[in-house]
Amino acid sequence: MMDEKFFIGLLALAFVKATPITLGALTGIYSERSGIINIGIEGTMLVAAFTSFIVSVVSQNLWVGLLGGMLAGGLVSLLLAVLSIRYKVNQIIAGMVINLLAIGVTNYATRVYIDTSGIAGIGVLPKWRIPLLMDIPILGPILFQHQPLVYFMFGLVVLTHYVMFYTPWGLRTRAVGEHPRAADTVGIPVNPMRYASTVIGGLIAGMAGSFLVVEAVGSFQKMMTTGRGFIALAVMIFGRWNPFGALVAALLFGFAEALGVRLQLGDINNIQALVYLTGLGMLLGGTIQMITDFVKKKETRSKIIAGMVAITGLIAAILGQTLTFPPTVIPFQFLGILPYVLTILVLTGMVRGAAAPAAEGVVYEKQ
Amino acid sequence: MAEQQLALRVEDVTKRFPGVLANNDINFDLEKGEIHALLGENGAGKTTLMNIIYGLYKPDDGKITINGEEVVLHDPNDAIRRGIGMVHQHFMLVPVMTVTENVMLGNEKTTTNFLHMLAPLDRKRIAREITQLADQHNLKVDPSAYVRDLPVGTQQRVEIIKALHRGAEILILDEPTAVLTPQEADELFDIMRSLTQKGKSIIFITHKLKEVLAIADRITVLRGGQVVGSAIPSETSEHELASMMVGRDVLLEVEKSEAMPGDVVLDVTDLIAEDDLGHQVVRGVSFEVRAGEILGVAGVQGNGQREMVEALTGLRRAVGGHITLLGENITRSQPRHITDIGSAHVPEDRHKHGLVLPFTVADNLVLNAYHVEPFSKQFFVNRAAIDANADRLVQEFDVRTPSIETPASSLSGGNQQKTIVARELSHATVKLLIVNQPTRGLDVGSIEFIHKRIVQARDNGVAVLLISAELDEIMGLADRIAVMYSGRIVATVPAEGADRNRLGLLMAGAEVSSEINTLM
Ligand SMILES: Nc1ncnc2c1ncn2[C@@H]1O[C@H](COP(=O)(O)OP(=O)(O)OP(=O)(O)O)[C@@H](O)[C@H]1O
Ligand SMILES: [Mg+2]
Repeated sequence: MMDEKFFIGLLALAFVKATPITLGALTGIYSERSGIINIGIEGTMLVAAFTSFIVSVVSQNLWVGLLGGMLAGGLVSLLLAVLSIRYKVNQIIAGMVINLLAIGVTNYATRVYIDTSGIAGIGVLPKWRIPLLMDIPILGPILFQHQPLVYFMFGLVVLTHYVMFYTPWGLRTRAVGEHPRAADTVGIPVNPMRYASTVIGGLIAGMAGSFLVVEAVGSFQKMMTTGRGFIALAVMIFGRWNPFGALVAALLFGFAEALGVRLQLGDINNIQALVYLTGLGMLLGGTIQMITDFVKKKETRSKIIAGMVAITGLIAAILGQTLTFPPTVIPFQFLGILPYVLTILVLTGMVRGAAAPAAEGVVYEKQ
Repeated sequence: MAEQQLALRVEDVTKRFPGVLANNDINFDLEKGEIHALLGENGAGKTTLMNIIYGLYKPDDGKITINGEEVVLHDPNDAIRRGIGMVHQHFMLVPVMTVTENVMLGNEKTTTNFLHMLAPLDRKRIAREITQLADQHNLKVDPSAYVRDLPVGTQQRVEIIKALHRGAEILILDEPTAVLTPQEADELFDIMRSLTQKGKSIIFITHKLKEVLAIADRITVLRGGQVVGSAIPSETSEHELASMMVGRDVLLEVEKSEAMPGDVVLDVTDLIAEDDLGHQVVRGVSFEVRAGEILGVAGVQGNGQREMVEALTGLRRAVGGHITLLGENITRSQPRHITDIGSAHVPEDRHKHGLVLPFTVADNLVLNAYHVEPFSKQFFVNRAAIDANADRLVQEFDVRTPSIETPASSLSGGNQQKTIVARELSHATVKLLIVNQPTRGLDVGSIEFIHKRIVQARDNGVAVLLISAELDEIMGLADRIAVMYSGRIVATVPAEGADRNRLGLLMAGAEVSSEINTLM
């Protein structure tokens, strides 16, 4: 039942599901690190998905479709930047406007042009199996047998980390998001930096949206982003505005989503799987927390709590493996809400004290 | 003097802001290797003039000459390139970045020059250069430290290094000593002297006349945006400078009669409080303040004063001990409740706790009373009453603002402070007044005025708790002096006949160990 193959399949799927979320979080990192709040990621992805579909059908080339989607994402983010910087619209509202506009426009266009004409998609990008690496036991099938955008996502995480923390460009971007006046006094053009960073983020959101069409589904469906842009925001916060943090957080969400999908097949005892995997999760989380507590010399109470979480997790995992559970099938709608429940838990419980860029959402005015 | 001797010359510079003429036809020059002090009331236009020289503001009129060459500065880059460096009144450092990152920001070095903006930063090289500069000018600082962890004195050194690293020959220091302890200020003066010996020129802005007399080569005084005079330290005095600044005679000492202490208003026992990192920084403080007296708490900043005041005003939860205000236990009370009972508070950080910067002056003046009559009736605020209140206070406290509808953010630093003091001192039911660094950044005229108002409040039976890092202020105002060191009150003495040197030693923690010895 829950054998090696099950886990390999689950983890490989988790990476696929984490891809658009990670990309969306990178979008947020680029714009928020520069000081522009971007809650329009969802809408940007949706417009990009639609555009990539149309462009790929017209050009009969998925890569051109991807490019079209990215450009659309860049343009939508440019709109956000113009609203926020040039017209000083409240950035939360500007983001919401983009989300609503995206739903309205894509729904309308789909009904009028796609539903009536019945255009079909042109398929999805084929997997790139990396020679040699794909043959590594366990890791090979999990990591090295994916479609291209999954690899691109990894590349962008590394690249973003490098750009943000190791280059003049990143240093300036962060300065502009933390203390724009300080940046101004050393001659850094604050608003141009913000435009650039937000639009770069938009291109990445475009890739995230296109992913849904050119890799996942192969055609456009109304509202097909289903909240991934918002989960990406949660992931960005959970990952503390760091690319690798976001990747780890996105993998957690991707795993939850993958699990929901996998359990819907009905060949596995749902309750047993949930108990077992929750147990493993708690064991892992508790242990990591305990190690960091010791390294950072936190107070004893915190260590004890982490330890108890880990032990409870261990017990749950063992019980999940040994007990027999009544063969209940959880309705798939419930399994589908796993990532969303996780989002709420993360946002309420774990983001306390997360350090957002200090000047986020504040318009910079020169004298 | 010969033209080539001049590092900088400003001719007929004028700058208008909506409703104010901040600089009016100003002429000013700076010789090579000199320290030129710029004095002036709050809002006189000192910072504005410096921002013009630094390329942050564009003058409406006038001419700037640097090293004999007339220049037009479009942005700070132009000024930096011509060797101008500025340490701003409010520091321009990014707290979450390291010293190295702050120093190289905007002037980054990379390991390769290919695609400079995206090439790897050369942190090591900058750190090395920082250490070099630090050794050369005696500016001790750790390049890898995060700015947020540094005391203000060190942050200031980072600002100076930042300017020097960009090759500054002309250094502008805008009120550098306002936030420094006396020791730190002395260190700064040593640094300034050694910089001028190495040929740099310095413009030094301050409100402290003693400092000006001690360190400046020349003095220029601004009032109302105009140059009203200049002087040489050896030929002038504090009194002369003060009246030149303010345009009238100023009392540098506080006049007050004997205190008549009444009932206990504030009673604090064994107060314990923690800082944001959870370290115990107030470690069992006990004292009382009576109606009609001023208790001064002297101490070097960072010895628990801030946390103590925050605990007293309900902004921070006390970890232990009791606070009683007018017989009521307020240890766990909300700030609003404490205010309503009759406590007023002038906080240390005017931007963080004192003002809502984007709000108008009028709104800021009722932050502590907008919810009660006459400022609100039933569910509505009464604009007419709020505006009338603002008109009266702006008059009475001489807040220099174009109008009461101006946002607090565009007032000069000193006028922001006066706004807060006006609000708190005019609070209707005040029985306890807690003032933390009430005159930081104020000009001598305003200091005189605020001191007078504090004494007046005392004479009307208000209990006053005064916290200040300025020993002069404490000795001039307080009736009793408590010295705080390392989270404890190490001594309480009557102000009458208090010995300055002994207080200074106590503040530095000198007697603590010996007192413990005598106890054992
Ligand atoms: N950005 C601005 N917008 C509008 N008015 C301003 C602005 N900056 C300064 N002012 C006004 O210009 C005048 C001069 O201000 P400035 O900050 O130069 O004074 P200052 O001499 O530095 O005073 P302080 O000693 O209080 O720092 C003040 O009346 C102030 O209100
Ligand atoms: Mg100033």
